[in-house]
Amino acid sequence: MRPNSLRHLGLAATIGAMVRPVEATKLTKKFGDFVAVNGIDFTVEPGETFSLLGPNGAGKSSTMKMVSTVSPITSGSLTVLGADPQLDGRNIRQRMGVVPQEDNLDLELTVRENLVIYARYFGISWAAARALSNDLLQFAQLTERADAQVESLSGGMKRRLTIARALVNEPELLLLDEPTTGLDPQARHLLWERLYTLKERGVTLLLTTHYMDEAEQLADRLVIMDQGSIAAEGRPSELIASHVSKEVLELRFPAHPDGTRNRPEGLDRHGFRVELLPDRVLVYADDGEAALQTFRNNGVAPSASMVRRATLEDVFLALT
Amino acid sequence: MISTTRPRWLTITGLRHFLEHQFIRYRATWRSTVISSLLFPIFFLVTIGFGLGSQIDDTSSLGTTDYASFVGPGVLATVAMLQAGGLSLWPTLGAIKWEGTYQAALATPLTAAELATGHILWIGIRVLVGASLYLSVLVMFGIATSPLAALAPLAAALTGLAFAAPLSAFTATREKDSSFGPINRVGLTPMFLFSGAFFPVSQLPDTVEWFSRAMPVWHGVALSRGLITGTIGWFGAVGHTAYLLLWILVGWLFAVRTFTARLSS
Repeated sequence: MRPNSLRHLGLAATIGAMVRPVEATKLTKKFGDFVAVNGIDFTVEPGETFSLLGPNGAGKSSTMKMVSTVSPITSGSLTVLGADPQLDGRNIRQRMGVVPQEDNLDLELTVRENLVIYARYFGISWAAARALSNDLLQFAQLTERADAQVESLSGGMKRRLTIARALVNEPELLLLDEPTTGLDPQARHLLWERLYTLKERGVTLLLTTHYMDEAEQLADRLVIMDQGSIAAEGRPSELIASHVSKEVLELRFPAHPDGTRNRPEGLDRHGFRVELLPDRVLVYADDGEAALQTFRNNGVAPSASMVRRATLEDVFLALT
Repeated sequence: MISTTRPRWLTITGLRHFLEHQFIRYRATWRSTVISSLLFPIFFLVTIGFGLGSQIDDTSSLGTTDYASFVGPGVLATVAMLQAGGLSLWPTLGAIKWEGTYQAALATPLTAAELATGHILWIGIRVLVGASLYLSVLVMFGIATSPLAALAPLAAALTGLAFAAPLSAFTATREKDSSFGPINRVGLTPMFLFSGAFFPVSQLPDTVEWFSRAMPVWHGVALSRGLITGTIGWFGAVGHTAYLLLWILVGWLFAVRTFTARLSS
């Protein structure tokens, strides 16, 4: 990409640094009797990447739909770019980008037409929209496919085009709902690199994910959501430090012929917190090797063992 | 900071952006749809207007010199209804539910009210284009003789909108298309047959006749025929137009509500 292209993106965020992009207080969303989001509090600071992490059904997408001004809040309060999404939806959307969970590109149009037509909705002139589309195609690494029909693109390309489309209005705040779900590893890493570029330019990112590695890669701060509530909040490293040990020992035991695992009883009686998963046992310990020795000394004989650094996945399993 | 003035819920700018988008989309497919929407009324004109009409000697009760001149203008309005009806069912559900392009548009400054209004207007424009082409056929066959015929495509567009607005409003409340077949078979098709396009509704039993006259399509047929043959009076023109506009207004208000509710969930 050209060195100067899209440099303007971060500028708006810098100027708007006095306003918090998102402030939610006791934010609640109900569908009939079902409480999708249960009184959550969170704040996104200018220029940071903030992540909502949680399993399917945790309330992430409902939260995103409220922030994107599409879905009315049930109770609590929510301000987006300093304004009320209910009353000022149009003005907020003028300065925000939205990458939905499902790509909703216009399949009847070419790659470039998708960008140009979308820019028109933001009041950008045809000439400016065409010029902008060149920059965005470079950003999305789709310049060679500019005149291709969208239908012919791979999943990763469609995702990058959807993200490029969300940047047509130089948003101060970019919402990304499960940006890499369904992509292969190469496509994911390329997308992370693109998002990291935006972050370096100062664009505020609010993203949901159920991938721990994604949150660890991108997020400055995150909340872990479960069943509509926030289970934990902090920086990735803080969450790991405060909710799990430094290291994790993974133990595997042989399977019975009937499919159950031949696990010894009372694995939690050796002074460590353990998590029993269907395929393996996690042992939280600051020194994994020492923990393994303790188990062996007590007659526990796993068929395989591994010591690794704790990740957000462990925090997630510990909390949910 | 976000501007403190409250944004308006319906703007010409928003509608223009939405319609631009539809025009660009239409560029790829207009040939096939234009040809089919021109052939469809021509089939009725040829088979019923000229074919069946060749068996009819006395047209004195119709108020036209020959049967084709009676049917030709009626087909303009009824086909407008069928075209608008068709576009308000499956393609509307598709746009709202499956394609995702309407959801994408609502992540821009566009409002749901603008989207609903633009959606209905776009159907009206499609009907207007088809009706204009078909009018040129009526001119070629010497059926459209009055200068007022130039207004007939607008009458067809109003007829189409009188169905597009309430039907699109209904479609926006649907999850599945299971009701669309019955709407076609026991709604649009009978209205087509009882519209007064093929025979004067005064031939019908009184209750059926009044039912026919209450349907907007009868007013569309009367308006189109009166304009194309130059027989319309001021009273009829204003009355039929006002009745069609009433259906459009009520349907549009419902559509704004149902589109807003559907697309904000």
